[in-house]
Amino acid sequence: MLEKLKGHLRFLGKQVTDRVWRLGFAARFFLAVLLQSGTALRRFNLTIRELYFTGVLSLIIIAVSGLFVGMVLGLQGYETLQRFGSASALGSLVALTLVRELGPVVAALLFASRAGSAITAEIGLMKATEQLSAMEMMAVNPIARVVAPRFWAGVISMPLLAALFSALGVFGGYLIGVQLIGVDEGTFWSQMQASVDFREDVVNGVIKSCVFGVIVSWIAVFEGYDCEPTAEGVSGATTRTVVTSSLAILAADFILTALMFRGT
Amino acid sequence: MSSARIRRPQKYTYKRELQPVSADPLVKLSNVNFAYDSRPILTGINMEIPRGKVVAIMGISGSGKTTTLRLIGGQLKPTSGEVHVDGQLVSALDDQDLFSMRRRMGMLFQFGALFTDMTVFDNVAFQMREHTDLSEDMIQDLVMMKLNAVGLRGASHMMPSELSGGMARRVALARAIALDPMLIMYDEPFAGLDPISLAVVGQLIRTLNDALGASSIIVTHDVQESLKIVDYVYFVSEGKIVAEGTADDIRNSTAPYIHQFVWGEADGPVAFQYPASPYRTEIFGEAAHA
Repeated sequence: MLEKLKGHLRFLGKQVTDRVWRLGFAARFFLAVLLQSGTALRRFNLTIRELYFTGVLSLIIIAVSGLFVGMVLGLQGYETLQRFGSASALGSLVALTLVRELGPVVAALLFASRAGSAITAEIGLMKATEQLSAMEMMAVNPIARVVAPRFWAGVISMPLLAALFSALGVFGGYLIGVQLIGVDEGTFWSQMQASVDFREDVVNGVIKSCVFGVIVSWIAVFEGYDCEPTAEGVSGATTRTVVTSSLAILAADFILTALMFRGT
Repeated sequence: MSSARIRRPQKYTYKRELQPVSADPLVKLSNVNFAYDSRPILTGINMEIPRGKVVAIMGISGSGKTTTLRLIGGQLKPTSGEVHVDGQLVSALDDQDLFSMRRRMGMLFQFGALFTDMTVFDNVAFQMREHTDLSEDMIQDLVMMKLNAVGLRGASHMMPSELSGGMARRVALARAIALDPMLIMYDEPFAGLDPISLAVVGQLIRTLNDALGASSIIVTHDVQESLKIVDYVYFVSEGKIVAEGTADDIRNSTAPYIHQFVWGEADGPVAFQYPASPYRTEIFGEAAHA
């Protein structure tokens, strides 16, 4: 009985130390990426190429999702607000919800699924097919040449995609609220203009999306670089990127919202 | 009926007298041991790769051949012992010096390891663009020369996914010699090739080594093809060198392990059966012993 308990404890201890060790390795990897970012920034065409793959190719999913989320917000918001006789505040509701919260969070979740998984799979497959080893043997640092451009492309793409998501979401809310339901157009836009504060709402939303960009890109490049160089390993790493990124985004969102919360 | 003629390929010859002669070997492994955690991979390896020669490291899968290459390339560090390349102790080099040494090395990986997002041309030009300030015109000429040397000048615009296994290996070879290295390492260059590609790659390894005045290390288990082109052979088994000699020495060896390996015999010192419990016990259980 005691031996069995010891076995369980040993197993638990190993799981914990493995996780802590991996977290430490991920932190060192993050530092290495930052230190090796000179090439990605000096030869910016490398980063621009990755911007196309991570940013431009994510446009469709971000744009369509933003539009639909805005339309749903328009419908649900109107339904709720009109119970309290405040249907004219629909513009404020849609804009504040998107700019402060849904824009950065949902865009980051979609970005993790679309671009994060692709980055992990690409780097993982490069590792599995010895392309990273070949690069090392050619005296080229794969962190500088492969990882850093993808990392920075993710960091740059994320706030831009979140902004696009919010803009199209507002447009979706306008289509439903003004064009379909018939809320007054002037009221819709003026309420929005009056209630959305640039510093408190827009800038905080941008800060959130930048932080999410760093988190998703870091997890994506790390999982790809650290994966087992097998088909199963790459598949597992891709799944971990999506799951870990999603959880990290939600946790970071709570922390950032708490830090930005003023209560007035 | 047309009288189509098949041209026999010219027999390949090379002039050994042109080889640079130097007393000190280009690569020297002295009493090298290597282990992953507590699992020993290499034990007491002593090996010398003379300048200008083609040397093969042979042995069954998992015997430690590729690990030896990685130790020479500085991708792994020995647990104990020393690896010297061109007089430099590899394990003592910092990152900058290690990269500097690798610029004078070329390596061909088992399946080519071509960059799949680049054309054949860009793959061969990769190192030139990374490590030199050559103009694009100059790079164009140099890449075409390298591709011409491996017979694939016409494939320069193709992507790696469009190449056959043999072509990919030749492109990888052109990439490995892009900066005219002093040492070229080949990890299983013959694996999975058809007979024609196999002969072509074999001849290219020898020709390029002699033309560049380089030294080559071939890790392989393709005995017949490699014995045609190498100057010296090391046999590795279970992390130890069990035999060494010239191609003729190896062909004529009566040592059981070498004989089994060279002539591809199913059973011998390398047993056909993986260690297991007695067959009767496996089938009938413990009762078989009673």
